[in-house]
Parts: sequence; structure tokens; C-alpha cells
Amino acid sequence: MSSDVMAIQTAEAAGRPWVQTLHEWVTTVDHKRLGILYIFYALVFLGIAGIEAIVMRIQLMHAHNDFVSPQVFNRMFTMHGTTMIFFVVMPVLFGFANYLVPLMIGARDMAFPRLNAFSFWLTALGGILLYFSFVGGSGLYGAGNAPDVGWWAYAPLTSRAFSPGHSTDYWTIALLVSGFGSIGTGVNLIATILSMRCPGMKLSRMPLMAWLTLVMSGLVLISLTPLSAAQLMLLVDRYLGGHFFDTQAGGSATLWMHFFWIFGHPEVYILVIPAFAFASEIIPVFSRKPIFGYPVMVGATVCIGFVSMSVWAHHMFTIGMNSSANAFFVLTTMAIAVPTGIKIFNWLGTMWGGKIQFKTPMLFCIGFLFQFLIAGLTGIMLGAAPFNWQLSGSYFVVAHFHYMIVGAILFCVFAAFYYWFPKMTGRMLNESLGKLHFWLFVIGFHLTFDFMHIPGVLGMPRRIYTYEPDRGWDTLNLIVTIGSFIQGIATLVFVANLVLSYFKGAKAGNDPWDAWTLEWSVSSPPPAYNFASIPTVASRRPLWDRKHPEDPDSRYD
Amino acid sequence: MSAISTPITQAPEAWSLPYRGKVGMACLIIAESAIFTILVVAYLFYVGKSLTGPTPREVLETPIFYTICLLSSSLTIHFASRSLERGKRGAFLGLWFLTIVLGGLFLFGTGQEWHRLIYEHGLTISTNLFGTTYYSLVGLHATHVTIGLLMLSIVLLFGLAGRVGPEQAARVDVLSMYWHFVDGVWVVVFTVVYVLGR
Repeated sequence: MSSDVMAIQTAEAAGRPWVQTLHEWVTTVDHKRLGILYIFYALVFLGIAGIEAIVMRIQLMHAHNDFVSPQVFNRMFTMHGTTMIFFVVMPVLFGFANYLVPLMIGARDMAFPRLNAFSFWLTALGGILLYFSFVGGSGLYGAGNAPDVGWWAYAPLTSRAFSPGHSTDYWTIALLVSGFGSIGTGVNLIATILSMRCPGMKLSRMPLMAWLTLVMSGLVLISLTPLSAAQLMLLVDRYLGGHFFDTQAGGSATLWMHFFWIFGHPEVYILVIPAFAFASEIIPVFSRKPIFGYPVMVGATVCIGFVSMSVWAHHMFTIGMNSSANAFFVLTTMAIAVPTGIKIFNWLGTMWGGKIQFKTPMLFCIGFLFQFLIAGLTGIMLGAAPFNWQLSGSYFVVAHFHYMIVGAILFCVFAAFYYWFPKMTGRMLNESLGKLHFWLFVIGFHLTFDFMHIPGVLGMPRRIYTYEPDRGWDTLNLIVTIGSFIQGIATLVFVANLVLSYFKGAKAGNDPWDAWTLEWSVSSPPPAYNFASIPTVASRRPLWDRKHPEDPDSRYD
Repeated sequence: MSAISTPITQAPEAWSLPYRGKVGMACLIIAESAIFTILVVAYLFYVGKSLTGPTPREVLETPIFYTICLLSSSLTIHFASRSLERGKRGAFLGLWFLTIVLGGLFLFGTGQEWHRLIYEHGLTISTNLFGTTYYSLVGLHATHVTIGLLMLSIVLLFGLAGRVGPEQAARVDVLSMYWHFVDGVWVVVFTVVYVLGR
């Protein structure tokens, strides 16, 4: 049946003018197409923000380099950070959630398909606004173009006096607009997961991906909105002459810091929880064992969600809080290591005694486990206030959070690409190119971010555009730059793999990995309506039950 | 493949899930609450920190009447949607219209207060920290009232055209959730601005 449907679709597609195809994609409200739009959009911005990173690394390759001016360097790190967080990682995670969650819970679409499209286009508009600042940012003032205030945009740097022109306004409005888009997606995902599950899909039987997406969406609602509120205040300051962050009129720069990090720290968990979700789906399938400790995994995630909202000021130890505030934020930060550790042990417990298949998705997940552990350990180091006073604002911090965002989150995102690409396109990604991508990326990653810790310990501050030659930072920075180029090449291999496999890859069939969740029960790519008849499930692994009627999971449920 | 396409023969149990509209609105309310929380925190943080006058104690007058208007509109909208559920369209339209009138009165009250503050006391959003936080917080709430009134009016127009019946009761309930939230926020804003902040 499925191959007939596909043949008809292909025949129709061949005979249609491209304008009509484009029109269909632009006006679509299908969760699968919107998911792919999110992912494609994120990949475009990954390329742009990657180039910005390379520009910075070339500039820092050796002392007194003058590849770019200090002003351009400031724009590069601001745009790199803002783009990677808001227009790469969040859209790619929303894309996968959009595509997979309805399929996994046996629904035909999201709860609010039109809100879904609206949210995507808001996010898209936000990204375009941010990059339009390169053209429109100087306005009539002849001031600098793109935003250059850093991705935290600390006050009073964002006030009219220090940020003339419109670059900061583009930054503010871009984040406000895309923030509203993200809130829409959060609302939509929660409503989908709570109200659209197929019969038998109790909360306790949902795939972990659905559970973790639920927690992530809750965090989006509670934690992204403080940023929107703070951006509104900044707009009031900049356009209406307000004084929220105006220290000349009694306003407080520290208040912005609090508001920003009340958003900023849970944001890390908004990004990493979906990465956990990918790992929790992929590791069991390639270990040929069900996930170890399902209820504990759910509990630990909910726990992380709650605790993550009370740790924000560990980003601000150096502003001089009183000792009880310091102690509170140190303790909550340490506490978050407990549920996170539980998760790591559960993934290891899943692999333990399993028949592990070292396919590309699994390789990326194993890399994730190892690197996530190290990122967590440096996180605990930075979470201790005295250590933080020493190394805050140094390259040690930059190395730490890139270990988290690249080493943990991006690795899981790559794993998700290799795992679900067959479902989305009907074709397998090439395994040899995949392994080449993995090994090149691992080498590049460790060259860059392992060695980046050391100049941090030696005292190299972040966000400097150059440094003196006699500090002993030269060789280390050169190694970091070389590593970043290797990562760039690995990413090109990945993109080549995506393009080649899309046209020439082996046919995937419905279920290439012999997996257990519902998305693998439909054709690849799934038909527009997802399920011809809404499935009924009786356990956490509905496809196992269908493949093994003699020994279904539901017997033990 | 054949194993996969085998349908599961197990009889489905009774399966009911919450209405997506209510879940969606509840989520929106959570998100909006976080926005208001941040503005309320900013308001409280800056109480008494203005470097120049006028201060809240000098210029603010407690809007008792308009507060009663807004809070009682929660009651009227509640009874309006109950009437709709029971199929009493006339009562629904009447109470719905009354809700809009009460909400409109509240908005008029806010407008009057702002007019007085601006023209009699010279307090604008850029005067001092009080002005900045006051107009932002009250203004954000008034924006929500305005949006609510627009949506209520759309339902009223559909109702007058005879298009709102008991089958739309669940959707009308979603809108009434939003209106209750707008009223609830006013209780917080009122307490913060007119009681604690003076």
C-alpha cells in the first residue's frame, strides 16, 4: 500500500510546476512538512553561524592577528551566539519534536496545525530580522551594523548612549518575535501530547521522546517568557525613554542580568532535554534492549526541569551577591548533578549486556555520553562559587558550555539525523560517509574544546579580539583553530551525505532499524494523514508487540 | 512486514483525553503569568527607588469602582457560558454583552487615570522609575484587556448573527478562561500597585 501511495505522489510531483510545490510548502500546516522546514532553516543558520565561528578562530589563531577589526569581532561573537542558540539549536529541536511527536503518540497532526505554521513563520521572521541588521542596522546614524553587545546584551551596553543606531533593536525584536514563535510551539506540543494520544497511549506508555518534549515545552512556557518580558522592558527603555536598566535614573543593570539568566539557564535545559530524548530513543534500539529505568528517567527529567529554574545566578557569582545567595545557588547547581547522573547511569544500564550495534547514530550517542559527562564535571567545577570567581569570563567557561552544546547537544542532533533521516526521506544516510563524519567531528571537537580549557585556566578572557604574544596562549589557540577547521570539514561531509543520500541513498523501507515506536509502523516518508487507521497500543513498545505476538511487552505491563 | 500490518485485535478501553483548547489556553496562561511575574518583580524591585517625583503616594488613587467592574465581569462571563451550555441563547448574549460593557468601563477607567496622571501630574513613562514600571505593568494588563474585549466582541457579533449555539460552548469556555486570567492578573496588579507599592 505504502509503495503505491509513494509512486502516486512521485508521479504527481513530477508533473507539477515548481511554483505549485513551493506554494504547498509555504502554506503547509502539516506537522511533518513544518518539521522539515524547521530543520532545513536550522541547517542554513548552522552554516552561517559556523562561518562566524571560523572567522573568530582565524582572528585568534595567533597573537596580534588583524584578520578582522575589533568591531567586526564583537559582531561575530554576538551573532554566532545568538544565532546558534535561537536560530539553530532551538529550531532543529522543535523540528524533530514537530515531526516525531505526533507520529510517536499515534496522532494525525499536532493539536493546532495552523498555530504550528504561525510559530514556524514567526521564528523564521525572527532569524531574517536578526540578519537584516547587517543591512539596516546602521539606520541614519552611520553607527555599526549587526548587534555587537554579546548574546547576554548586558545593560547598560544596550542603552541608546552605548548602542546607537538600530543594531540592538534588531537583536531585541528578532528574539521577541522568535520567542513568541517558541511559546506557540510550546503550547502546541503540550496540547498535542496531553490531548492527541491514540487509544491505549497512557502517559506511562509514551515514548521517552514524548515525555521529554513535554518537560521541555513546559520549560519553554515558564523560562522563555522572562526573556520576552525583559526584551519588552529594553524596548521601553530604548524607544519610549524608560529607565528599567538606566543606572543614571536609579535603574539597575543587575536586574537585567537576573532576568536574562532566569531565562538563560533553563534555556540550556530546553536545549539539552530534547538531546536526552534522542539518546533515550536511539540507545535502546542499537543496544537491542528496552530503556533501563523508564519511570526513573521520567522522574529525573521532571526533576531537572524544576531544579533548572532555581540555579540561574550561578552565571552571576562575580557580581558580588551575599554569601547566603552564593550558597543557595551553589547548592542548587550541585543538586542538578544528581538527576543528570541518574540519566547517565540509565543509558549505561541500557547498553550494559545489550547486543550493541555500532551504527552511526549509536556512535554519536556514545560520543554524547562521554562528552556530556565531562561537560557536567566542568559544570560542577564552575558551579562552585570560589572556583567560579577565578575562572568566570575566561575561555574555560567558553570551553565548558561548548562541550555541552556541541559535545552533548549537537552530537545527539547528528545521531537524530542519522536515525530519522530514513523515516523523513525514505532513504538511508550513507554509513561510510557517516562514520567519516563521526570520526572527523570527534577529532575536530576534542582538538578545539579540550585545548580551549587550558588558555582559560591560564587567564585568557573570553570575547577579546586579540592577545599579547608572550602569554603562552599562542600554540593552544592555533590547535583550537585547527580543530575548528576539522569540525567545519566534518560538517561539510555531513551536508554532502544529506544531499547524496537524498538522491542516491539505499531505500529505507518502513523500519530499517527494527525499532519499537509507532513512527516506524508507517511508510517512509509517512503519508500526509500519518495513520490510515488510528493505532491502539498496549505497552511502551507497540511495534515489539506487533512483531512478537508470542511474547508481547503488554503481558508485563 | 506482514507482522507489522497485522492490526491489533485488542478491544480499546474507554479513552478520553482533555479538550485541546483548554490545555492550550492553560499553557498560554502559564506563559503569560511568567511574563507578568517578571514585570511585577521589576515593579516591586523599583518601589521607592525613583530619583525624582512624583511618587505613587502623591498621585495614585485607588480605582475601586473600575476594579469592581472588571471583577464582576468574571461572574457575568461565567454565567454567560453556563447559559450557552443550557441552550439559553438570549441570556448568553445579554450576559456576554454585559461582560463587554464592564470590561470597556474598566478600560475607560484606566484611560481616565492615565489622562489625569499625564496632564495633571506630568507623570509619563520617561519621568522616573515609577512612571516606567507603572505604565509598563498597567499598560501590559490593559493590552490584555483590549485583546480580550476584541475577542469577546467577535463572539458577540457571531452570536448576534445566530451562529453561536451550545455546540460551541467548549470553545466559548476557552475564551472565558482567558478572561478569568485577565481578571486574576488585575487582582495581583491592583495589590502590587495600589496597596503594596504605596
